Amino acid sequence: MWQLFHKLGSPKWFFGMANRLMPWLLLGGVALLFAGLIWGLAFAPQDYLQGNSYRIIFIHVPSAFLAQSVYIMMAVAAAVTLVWRMKLADVFVKSVAPVGAVLTFLALFTGAVWGKPTWGTWWIWDARLTSMLILLFLYFGVIALGAAISDEKSSARAVAVLVLVGVVNIPIIKYSVEWWNTLHQPATFKLTEKPSMPAEMWVPLLLSVLGLYLIFGWFACLRMQTEILIRERRTRWVKELVLAGRS
Amino acid sequence: MHPIRKKRLTIVLFLLAGIAVAVGLTTYALRQNINLFYAPSQIAAGDAPLDVRIRAGGMVEEGSVQRDPESLKVEFRVTDFNSSVLVEYTGILPDLFAEGQGVVAMGRLNASGRFVADQVLAKHDENYMPPEVAEALERASAGTHKAGDSSGPETAY
Repeated sequence: MWQLFHKLGSPKWFFGMANRLMPWLLLGGVALLFAGLIWGLAFAPQDYLQGNSYRIIFIHVPSAFLAQSVYIMMAVAAAVTLVWRMKLADVFVKSVAPVGAVLTFLALFTGAVWGKPTWGTWWIWDARLTSMLILLFLYFGVIALGAAISDEKSSARAVAVLVLVGVVNIPIIKYSVEWWNTLHQPATFKLTEKPSMPAEMWVPLLLSVLGLYLIFGWFACLRMQTEILIRERRTRWVKELVLAGRS
Repeated sequence: MHPIRKKRLTIVLFLLAGIAVAVGLTTYALRQNINLFYAPSQIAAGDAPLDVRIRAGGMVEEGSVQRDPESLKVEFRVTDFNSSVLVEYTGILPDLFAEGQGVVAMGRLNASGRFVADQVLAKHDENYMPPEVAEALERASAGTHKAGDSSGPETAY
């Protein structure tokens, strides 16, 4: 365990590792996501109350799920940046923040599209919706702060502190529907109980969530590789890699 | 662990704990403002202000919906199974509005205890099921569920 942690300190090792991992992540992710979405959007039964409009859940839930998971992963990486000063942790935070922002936007957007026919409104200042909007602004803040400071080390620390401060928003998003009266319904997937829908609905939903996780993993690796190449452009191994690729 | 890293880790943990406490106290103090709506029991207990735009939420009481045949005016009772409040609304209701469904109404509470709404939103829960299952459940609960009914096993959901 600690050995892997120490190896992660080397961007070069990660670069090679990511190369080997990425095809599997992409393959598995596309397969699961396609299976989940096609099953969910075309074959899963209708809902007794909402008819077909509930099907947006197969896009809404995976993106909302990932939006929060990505932030938690960023917070862990931020703690590693602050405590161990690991370069790769900062590379991770900077590379995935825009991805998290896009996922949060997607969750808010599909939620609005779903809210109009079911609730009767696009938007309401409900605790769940508002805390999700705050998450979007946190992502924007992380991206902006990271870009505003040109010194690599001070930028890494400032961003890490911001990410850690923002992580308190995650339990608020998660429990907002239980702590306060909201228009948003409680969670469909709970860790301790059976999902509140039949298997032919929750299995495709689970598949799309897992698929999106894998695709996120692939995309994170890709973006991190790019960031590593930019940051390590003066090192010997990157020069050799580029020369080898050219010949 | 290296003593410097240990120190940094403690600082990080203290930072997190401090922010959690601060945000926890703030949201606790603001809890009434964060709640989207007043429940009928809160309105009955006099917690909700009169003549101020507020929201009231709960279940539409079974058999309480009365539509005015001449206009779009509709009256219904919203209940939380302890007390209920009479809501009056003129306009188009959302598709999911039905007796026994959750709603959130926005409007003013007048002195006679009627809630005059200018917007009604439908609330749905996290239970999704195919229509056949819902029908089977309804029949089972209505007591007309016969032994040997083909939809029997599906009620296990």
